[in-house]
Amino acid sequence: MVARTDRSSFAEWWWTIDRSLLAAFVALMVTGLVMSFAASPPVAERIGADQFHFVKRHAAFFLPALLVLFVGSFFTPRLVRRMALVTLIGGIALLAATLFFGQEIKGARRWLTIAGITVQPSEFVKPAFVIVVAWLFAERQRRPEIPGILFAVLLLIAMIGLLVAQPDFGQTMLTVIAWGSIFFVAGVPIFWVMVLGAAGVGGIYAAYTMLPHVTARINKFLAKFNGMEGAKANSTAFQADKALDSFASGGWLGRGPGEGTVKWILPDSHTDFIAAVMGEEFGILACLILASVIAYVVLRGLRHALATDDPFIRFSVTGLVTLFGVQSAINLAVNLHLVPSKGMTLPFISYGGSSLIAVALGMSWLLALTRRRAQTTRIARSIHDEQPLEALA
Amino acid sequence: MDAFATDFHRGPAAEETSAPTQAPARGKTRRSAAAAGRTRVKVAMLGFVAIYGAIAGKLVYLGLKGPEHSNTLGAAIVQSSPRPDLLDRNGEVLATDIKTSSLFAEPRRILDVDEAIEALSSVLPDMREPSVRHKLKSGAGFVWLKREITPEQRFRIHRLGIPGIGFLDENKRFYPGGGMASHVVGHVNVDNQGIAGIEKYIDDEMNLNELHKLGIVADRGLKARKLSLDLRVQHVVRDEIAAAKERFHAVAAVGIVLDVHTGEVIAMSSLPDYDPNNPAEALEKDRMNRATAGVFEMGSVFKTFNSAMALDSGRVSLNDSFDARGGLAFGGQRISDFHGKNRILSVPEIFIYSSNIGSARMALKVGPQGQYDFFTKIGFHSKIKTELPEVALPLWPKRLSEVSSATQSFGHGISVSPMHTAAATIPLMNGGKMIPPTFFVRSRAEADALAVQVVKPETSEKMKYLFKLNGQIGSGTRADVAGYRVGGKTGTAEKIENGRYASNKRFNSYLAAFPIDDPQYVVLAVLDEPKAEKEIGAATAGLNAAPTVAAIVKRIAPMLNVPPRFDLAPATLASN
Repeated sequence: MVARTDRSSFAEWWWTIDRSLLAAFVALMVTGLVMSFAASPPVAERIGADQFHFVKRHAAFFLPALLVLFVGSFFTPRLVRRMALVTLIGGIALLAATLFFGQEIKGARRWLTIAGITVQPSEFVKPAFVIVVAWLFAERQRRPEIPGILFAVLLLIAMIGLLVAQPDFGQTMLTVIAWGSIFFVAGVPIFWVMVLGAAGVGGIYAAYTMLPHVTARINKFLAKFNGMEGAKANSTAFQADKALDSFASGGWLGRGPGEGTVKWILPDSHTDFIAAVMGEEFGILACLILASVIAYVVLRGLRHALATDDPFIRFSVTGLVTLFGVQSAINLAVNLHLVPSKGMTLPFISYGGSSLIAVALGMSWLLALTRRRAQTTRIARSIHDEQPLEALA
Repeated sequence: MDAFATDFHRGPAAEETSAPTQAPARGKTRRSAAAAGRTRVKVAMLGFVAIYGAIAGKLVYLGLKGPEHSNTLGAAIVQSSPRPDLLDRNGEVLATDIKTSSLFAEPRRILDVDEAIEALSSVLPDMREPSVRHKLKSGAGFVWLKREITPEQRFRIHRLGIPGIGFLDENKRFYPGGGMASHVVGHVNVDNQGIAGIEKYIDDEMNLNELHKLGIVADRGLKARKLSLDLRVQHVVRDEIAAAKERFHAVAAVGIVLDVHTGEVIAMSSLPDYDPNNPAEALEKDRMNRATAGVFEMGSVFKTFNSAMALDSGRVSLNDSFDARGGLAFGGQRISDFHGKNRILSVPEIFIYSSNIGSARMALKVGPQGQYDFFTKIGFHSKIKTELPEVALPLWPKRLSEVSSATQSFGHGISVSPMHTAAATIPLMNGGKMIPPTFFVRSRAEADALAVQVVKPETSEKMKYLFKLNGQIGSGTRADVAGYRVGGKTGTAEKIENGRYASNKRFNSYLAAFPIDDPQYVVLAVLDEPKAEKEIGAATAGLNAAPTVAAIVKRIAPMLNVPPRFDLAPATLASN
């Protein structure tokens, strides 16, 4: 389709991009669109909207997201870094604004209405944050005189502060994990990794003791293991139980599109529990394929991180892949009742305009950073490595 | 890795000094850091493999486990749980199951839709409707065709032998009496599981819910349960308190009839009640069971228990007198009399004139601890031990003091349920034996085995005398029924509104027993916020609760085989 000798920018893109990753992303996006037909009508009906209200909205975001995915993947690493810095600064400003002007939905201020469009700034901040942190770590390795780690830690604290204030513990957790993954692959001594791990465990324990809803969720999850059946355990773990029913009712091959029954009583079937709906209508095999595609993206991404010699690319790819992989894994694990319930969307699949565009943006950067480049061989130094720090500002 | 570690620990000061040698050191650091980074990326990959492996494992496990737990047909079968019938003491049906069949189709298994519709419509003509054809062509797994068909229709359709068409047995609880005994019988939920009243009790007792879940409750194994209620008496009680409630514009009314020898609840009604065939009504405001689940300051009927306590303690005799002049001051509070006689009164006079001052002085003679112990003995400090799940815990002052003891002597500062009041009267009428009330039939021998002697037989005799006296010359004269010798005690309590006693909102009751020379039954009638009738004047218990008891006794005494007698001497005031 495109000749190898063609030297246009598209041809160059075509021959350097990781096409299997791109195909996986497009496949996931299409799956998300199909699943919105299955999972969102019950929710739309519940809120009294048109049956295809969420389907239409999802479709409206589909093309822009696809566009973001393709355009972003044309960027050079330097452009990605600049984009990320701009996105991060703008995103943090918007995050701060949500605390004052955000709409309060279900007890949290996460959304901002700008010119009639509701956006969730935290979704956009996440990938940008990962790129900037990766750059700080890489820069620190290149020029130790710059306190990169200090900046990265300060940035992390600022992010945690803004996200906890919303409050949005899911995003906080993801941000910390993505940061930790970069910290980890940056080759920091194992001692500090353990300190960070302990801090993470301490943070979860603090959340467990100090936040009543976290206590309740973890307790009800543990109750299941202690064999505490009966009314109490049942009523509190309602969503998780229904999700399991949903998988069981679907069996290997599913009941068929539109034949799902559990989705009618499952709250958030179009977002947090979309995998359960998929399980019932399209079967466990389809869910296995979905999980495999996600796992493929993660492992393929990490292989790029392994192969590259460029620290910035290794760190940012690891961070982006971790963000994507951990978020997907938590969502699937909650659906399968492997972990206590935590509201988290399934990237590319769940309904949510901000989330779809933001995930596309993050993954477009992943594609851009993993393009085959002459400079990512072991001998040559990468071009952007030679860029002085000032060039970014 | 090691080189990098040093690098990591190096502070800013060290960096400055090492500036000249920076470039080579940096190169070394980068290489080793890159090597460490590669290892760590591999660790991360392994971590993700483990996580996604676990997810895939759980998916495979769910796939292998199969859908047995979410079978919709299974759920429908669970719904059909049969229950034992509930009967009154004479075998009249209070609650029963109606067996119905419901017709369903599994469209995927139907071979020929047209043929199926043709055959079905030979029995059920409305199966020709286009909606039925639409349902059967839908390819769905399960659709209801018609709920609750007759046994004959079921038989005929069964004989047609249409593949993909089946029946589910459903049980529907039915209460022929409607609201007649709703607060006693209770009701069931859509799954035919008892959720209130005796229905809930038998579920809990027989573990029916667990059995239903296992699907092993067969209709045959269920023996009808006989309640202690007498449906005829229940009807009279409900009828009369409804009439009184209407006549005196009360917001609520309670009527209770207990057998003094067995503790059986012969009738219990709390109005407004609800129709258990429509259980949603039970949740409406004001329809709660006031007889056992509501606690109230019962007012002067408590002088019954106060007198029994004083007489039983041995420190007070029927011939003692107490000063009921003026008032009784406790700090800033003052106890005064409603029907003030302003003189020294004997114990029977205190009872029939319902003197608060006299009662308080009697209580003080026994002391707060003695009163506390006596009230514990007759059950005022615990929930009623009976089968009904809806029982309330009384409210009483947690600190013993003379002033609270004085107010409790005439029924204020302590709240108990009407059933507590009626049940505590049993020992005062039967020779001193406290018997927990029951809603199931109980023989005299069974009752005696459960009985606890709480007062002396002499005290019981004295209390019968006081009841009789009050019924004949005291505030209870309007409760008397010629030949049936009704004795009792009135209570006109002021209700608390916004933390103060409201003089225009009353809680009236008449606590009675008949025939009073040899009591067989305790009768309690309560009217909540009755209004005065113009021609009579006041809204006191003697004028509304007492006549309600009379109306009840007049009708139920013949049913309960109590013979009328006209040859007994009237009671006289001992001190006269």
